[in-house]
Amino acid sequence: MSDDKQPDLARREFLQGSAGAAAGLAVAPGVMLYGPAASAKPIDEAASSEVRWGMLIDANKCASDCDACVRACNTEHGLGDEDQSGPRQQTQYIRKVELRNKATGASHSLPMMCQHCETPPCADVCPTGASFKRADGIVLVDRHICIGCRYCMMACPYKARSFVHESLEDQEPYTPRGKGCVESCTLCVHRIDLGGIPACAEACGAEGNGAILFGDLNDPNSAIAQAVAEQATTEVRADLGLNVGVRYQGI
Amino acid sequence: MKARFQQIQASPGFYGLLIGLAAVILIGLGAAYYMEHNGHWVTGMTNQVVWGTPHVFAIFLIVAASGALNVASIGSVFGKTPYKPLARLSAVLAVALLIGGLAVLVLDLGRPDRLIVAMTTYNFKSIFAWNIFLYTGFMVIVLVYLWMLMERKMYPRFGKPAGFVAFVWRLILTTGTGSIFGFLVARQMYDAAIMAPLFIAMSFAFGLAIYLLVLMASYRWTGRELGDYIVYRLKNLLGVFVAGVFYFVAAQHLTNLYATEHHGVEAFVLLNGGIYTFLFWFVQILLGTAAPLAILFSSLGRSRTWIGIASALVILGGLAQVYVLVIGGQAYPLSMFPGYEVSSSFYDGVVASYSPSLPEVLLGLGGTAMAFALVVVAVKALHLLPESLSDKAVNPHAAS
Repeated sequence: MSDDKQPDLARREFLQGSAGAAAGLAVAPGVMLYGPAASAKPIDEAASSEVRWGMLIDANKCASDCDACVRACNTEHGLGDEDQSGPRQQTQYIRKVELRNKATGASHSLPMMCQHCETPPCADVCPTGASFKRADGIVLVDRHICIGCRYCMMACPYKARSFVHESLEDQEPYTPRGKGCVESCTLCVHRIDLGGIPACAEACGAEGNGAILFGDLNDPNSAIAQAVAEQATTEVRADLGLNVGVRYQGI
Repeated sequence: MKARFQQIQASPGFYGLLIGLAAVILIGLGAAYYMEHNGHWVTGMTNQVVWGTPHVFAIFLIVAASGALNVASIGSVFGKTPYKPLARLSAVLAVALLIGGLAVLVLDLGRPDRLIVAMTTYNFKSIFAWNIFLYTGFMVIVLVYLWMLMERKMYPRFGKPAGFVAFVWRLILTTGTGSIFGFLVARQMYDAAIMAPLFIAMSFAFGLAIYLLVLMASYRWTGRELGDYIVYRLKNLLGVFVAGVFYFVAAQHLTNLYATEHHGVEAFVLLNGGIYTFLFWFVQILLGTAAPLAILFSSLGRSRTWIGIASALVILGGLAQVYVLVIGGQAYPLSMFPGYEVSSSFYDGVVASYSPSLPEVLLGLGGTAMAFALVVVAVKALHLLPESLSDKAVNPHAAS
């Protein structure tokens, strides 16, 4: 039901236009690294439900002393610039989680962020529809109609969302962050719409251990679709039946 | 039996009370402005505990609001004659408490300036969106009901239907409030259908406790007669409601204790949750449940002072109950990786710390004061209170 909750086209075109202008400078090396933007859709085309963007994260490759994904995300979205908020109040789109099995002692390290559920509880509970899922599976907050009630933060099983606790300035044009609104991982939608990949996945490949595989789960030829078809993968809180877009291996 | 309703007389005490309440409201508004101007970093709220003390006050007031209407419902819907003179105050108190609670809720939004968005843009799968209709609808319905109660020509024909609609609506409303938590699949302490009936039982108890205090204070301060007959009926009913809340609380915890999956959160509330365990056992159960029951159903229950103390204890226990539910339910970590010890920079796997900040408390008190100020103005402006609620006036069958 979230498909009709998308922001109107005119606004998204504007956002994409401005994002493209800025991202063209800032992200050009990263985009070039992955070759021409083969999967970029025309700028005036709506997101398609034929695509389901997702990630496969291999916890076996993820090292506990590596936080390349977190640093890349913070830089990409201009996070970490709160000077009044305490550490418990500052925004984190992605964080490294350390796990230790209480019975066996086995340890794992993995990045945790918005899992981009097919049926996102945040979008279910949002009174205004500010939390919504794009047709291609990306869960976002429309910051024009978020009233800051934080019910989505109560509802998210992954603790993926943050509330902006203070006034912010000099934001990245593609990540408008406002005091009193809720925000979370956008799957770097501004990059995806230009044919790029999320900053965390890019950084993990470049300076991390290549633990994050990003792609279209609906495209049988994509590496991620083939990987999830062949190997056992895990959804966090699979009991909730949310059919998340972010899957894990090795836990 | 015809009760004669009369406005209360203005006195220095009346104006003193009103000025005092106005001061608390102003301080509350100032606190809200301070929090909104600076952002929520000045509060105790975090990304772990996103709903703080304002929500405790707001939810308590909203729950109590629907319960305050019960006194009127018992008269109109269930035809209990002695309750009929009490109905007008019941309706006004219900609307006033709801307005006070909603004011706190709205002023604690991240973007209260976007209230118009909340009123015009809806996601109908959200129980919050439903509640916006349930709350506004409640006010309209109860005000119409109050009009029927006050219009002698209308009451015989429309009093009972209006009272019935209001009664059903208030049950749905409290179901909606409880379902705010009942529908949350993510958290261990919520995600339970029992939240809806639990909240209805809570509303009965909290609303009646507040009603009793307001009734006794109004009659004492205005020198009107309030007989034992009606007070004893209300205090016995309060005891039944308090026992009803205890029943649902017991059923909730026993069910959780049976499932290994819930042992962690149960241990948190019942054994090792620090402030939450203290609030549960000492304030909610001992002071808010056991003590009022002992007072109301013993010879102490014949004293107005003790009935007042018991009502205040029910309110105190209710605030503790809502605090444990709202704050404790968030403080207990999400269960994302069962069987694992979890740690992160985002405070995964640890009990979240939260201490109420002064502005949060002041906002909550401001909303409470707003509710009571509305009642004080209403009893002065409208014919709400019977001139006498003496045993003879209320119960024509009284022996003497």
